[in-house]
Amino acid sequence: MTAYLKMDEPDRRNRLDSMAQGVIGQPLDRMEGPLKVSGTARYAHEWPVERLCHAVLVRSTIARGHVVRIDRSPVEAMDGVLAVIDDDRLLRNPAQGTAGKAPVQGPREIFYVGQPLALVVAESFEQARHAATQLRIETMATEAVLDPESESTDRERPEGKQTSQGDLDRAMAEASHSIDAVYHTPGHSSAAMEPHAAIAQWDGDDLTVHASCQMLKYNQEELADALGIDAGRVRIVSPYVGGGFGSKLGIAHDAVAAAIAARAVGRPVALALSRRQVFETTMRRSESRQRIRLAADADGLLTGLGHEALVSQLPGETFSEPVAQATHFLYAAENREIIHEIVRLNRTCAGSVRAPGEAIGMTVLETAMDELAVKAGIDPVALRKRNIPDKDPEDQRPFSSHMLDQALDRGAELFDWQRRRPEPRSTRRGEWLIGLGMSSAARVNSLMQAESRVTLGGEGVRIETDMTDIGTGTYTVLAQIAGEMLGVPMDRITTVLGDTDLPPGPGSGGSWGASSTGSAVYVACEEIRARIARKLGCRAEDLTLKDGHAITGNRSTALGELIGDAPISVRGVVEPGGTSKKVRQSTYGAFFAEVAVNDVTAEVRVRRMLGVFAAGRILNAKTARSQCLGGMTFGIGMALTEELIHDPRDGSIVNRDLAEYHLPVNADVPQLEVELLEERDPWASPIQAKGIGELGISGAAACINNAVFNACGVRVRSYPVTLDKILAEL
Amino acid sequence: MHTQLTINGENHDLEADERTTLLDALRQHLRLTGTKKGCDHGQCGACTVIVNGRRINSCLTLACMHDGDEIVTIEGIGTATDLSVLQQAFLSADGFQCGYCTPGQICSATAMLEEVKAGWPSHVSDRLDGAPELSDEEIGERMSGNLCRCACYPNIVAAIRAAAGSAA
Ligand code: FES
Ligand code: FES
Repeated sequence: MTAYLKMDEPDRRNRLDSMAQGVIGQPLDRMEGPLKVSGTARYAHEWPVERLCHAVLVRSTIARGHVVRIDRSPVEAMDGVLAVIDDDRLLRNPAQGTAGKAPVQGPREIFYVGQPLALVVAESFEQARHAATQLRIETMATEAVLDPESESTDRERPEGKQTSQGDLDRAMAEASHSIDAVYHTPGHSSAAMEPHAAIAQWDGDDLTVHASCQMLKYNQEELADALGIDAGRVRIVSPYVGGGFGSKLGIAHDAVAAAIAARAVGRPVALALSRRQVFETTMRRSESRQRIRLAADADGLLTGLGHEALVSQLPGETFSEPVAQATHFLYAAENREIIHEIVRLNRTCAGSVRAPGEAIGMTVLETAMDELAVKAGIDPVALRKRNIPDKDPEDQRPFSSHMLDQALDRGAELFDWQRRRPEPRSTRRGEWLIGLGMSSAARVNSLMQAESRVTLGGEGVRIETDMTDIGTGTYTVLAQIAGEMLGVPMDRITTVLGDTDLPPGPGSGGSWGASSTGSAVYVACEEIRARIARKLGCRAEDLTLKDGHAITGNRSTALGELIGDAPISVRGVVEPGGTSKKVRQSTYGAFFAEVAVNDVTAEVRVRRMLGVFAAGRILNAKTARSQCLGGMTFGIGMALTEELIHDPRDGSIVNRDLAEYHLPVNADVPQLEVELLEERDPWASPIQAKGIGELGISGAAACINNAVFNACGVRVRSYPVTLDKILAEL
Repeated sequence: MHTQLTINGENHDLEADERTTLLDALRQHLRLTGTKKGCDHGQCGACTVIVNGRRINSCLTLACMHDGDEIVTIEGIGTATDLSVLQQAFLSADGFQCGYCTPGQICSATAMLEEVKAGWPSHVSDRLDGAPELSDEEIGERMSGNLCRCACYPNIVAAIRAAAGSAA
């Protein structure tokens, strides 16, 4: 049976708070943890499959043009080689998140350096890898578009992404304090530690793919569409995903190429992207040029706000980094101008990298706000507090909840912000200049259609959904919701995830996974509670479920007894409704950092960093905190080291590996502090939870950059804040 | 090519291509998939195993170079139902999220604690002689060959600190 909820009205009942099991929100260890720490959780490339052979991609070395000829026979004759394939269905680039259909396909027309053009299949990985290096592909180059800021390249301004309100020029002219500056952020790579990989096997016309995917419902459709077969014939299995951060939202080359190859050679095929291929053929975050204009009166009240962004993308893709996503509602200002421009380039496809939009948009806006605070001589925390709007400044919708003010206050208190000395270069420890900086955090929140099956049997509870756990804690938080609602101890709950044979959900992305699929679990559990209540002849509200017992009045019945051998199984479905439209929904927070800048070398070290976050109900304080640590660390990388460098001659990514693209390492990250604020957002979901996976990066880099300014008086407007940029001004 | 390896105390006769790395030998040939491949170029540490008592990146060495060697992988450190002290500490401190870098982190940390005990200094040690004190800074420095994109570093440090403390 199915229980259904359309989220049309806010849910203020906070039902989870009136339950008795006491597990919701608790900092429980991850349920699948023992498998992960013992190396027995099985990732995509690790499934034991008989007669497996291996495929390796061969890729373009030019930026634009087409394939003239592939000299296949010398390679086909090599040891162990089973096939050389250049099927028309190979992807140009991976699908974008929630596409649900194939991206641009075809390996003959070339759009960027690194584009897959063919693959070699061989008995062993070593043979395939060697043979792939020997495949000669003759190409004809045509002129490529490579410079994102060239004046001669057309810029698109998509409708619906531009805002113009009042008269910003006038506000700027009349302002007591103003900022008009241009900032740059470079491209970023998700760089999940598990490279994309797939093992494909056919059984007649039925395809099973073990792959590393974030959004199975969509990925199934995308893979089927790419192959030209019915989605019902495709099964994707992805119970463990070695990190995603957006890079595995859409189906990628590995799954499609492995499926084509497996069909061609009549055997299962494994294809793992090399690290270099991950950098060059999966999604990059677009670089951006951002102009910010801020106009303020003498007290620092914003009268004008402008945010113009230029990002790049391949031709034919609809996604573009939504840079100003949070700028639309973060600060009040009557006169507003938000411009979003796209330039079409021959570079690796641009797509989602953790918090597309806010990650770089908030970072730049919050850097500019710091500049305004300095110029106006107002404390940066006070400046933000002063400009919090009481409704959406563009469309006048009320906020579902708004915790920025509390986050700023709490952060300032915990970080001892009052000790900060506003004058740069005023704290020194030997060679090191010490500075403090802060920034606001915001990330839009959404609920997506989701389904889950919850079965209460004599042995305990089983939760099933195609939702994935990419390190987000899904296994555990879904079990906590069911455990709380049904009064069943955690060790009697099983969560089964990551298989398209299970009820579909929106997957992991956009921070919506836990609140959406968690709501589906909740809806199913409410129905199960109602059924138990009926059996006991009481109202669901009067029913207490705890430790495997149903208690009404002074009667306690073991759930096992009550159910006998007829388990109750309910499919819970949640769908977004009116609450997604009537109010503006966002999560909020505040970042604080203390850095040291070396006065001789300009090296920057992060000494302390605090994030205060409000994201509705916290489902598991331990895993939620870890999500925030992850986001904040991405922020450290964005602030100081991460940067995709493109060769101006052909657009290729020069630093396409982990030695040259610098993720933060352990020694770069101090003991970060995370404070989660108590909140229930009735508009967000029936469990009052919002997303938290991306909030921790949304503005994080700015607090470090602002602290660098406070330490040494150098303002860097081009991320990352590397020593050469500081040294030049020191 | 034939190579004899002792892995987690068990003898294995490996028949593999000379080009096969120790990492691929473990994962593809011996089905010990606990050791992970993150880069295949010695840049991430996901493939860390312990060879003759020392931690190495198994992607940077060929299997056939290890004839007669004693190798410990994550499978030899503890099992899901019988975790080592360090594995349990990672679980309690949430020293992982996606879990992909985790076996490498744990193998690395296991060997690292022995290096500290043996008095090896690091870049951040105050002095070159005597056993270094296991400060957070020492742990962070010594574990910086193991990348974690989920970025559990503070929790990894906490887990190692706790495990070292309880072993002492
Ligand atoms: S896989 Fe060996 S260091 Fe990355
Ligand atoms: S736990 Fe995901 S990379 Fe470390």
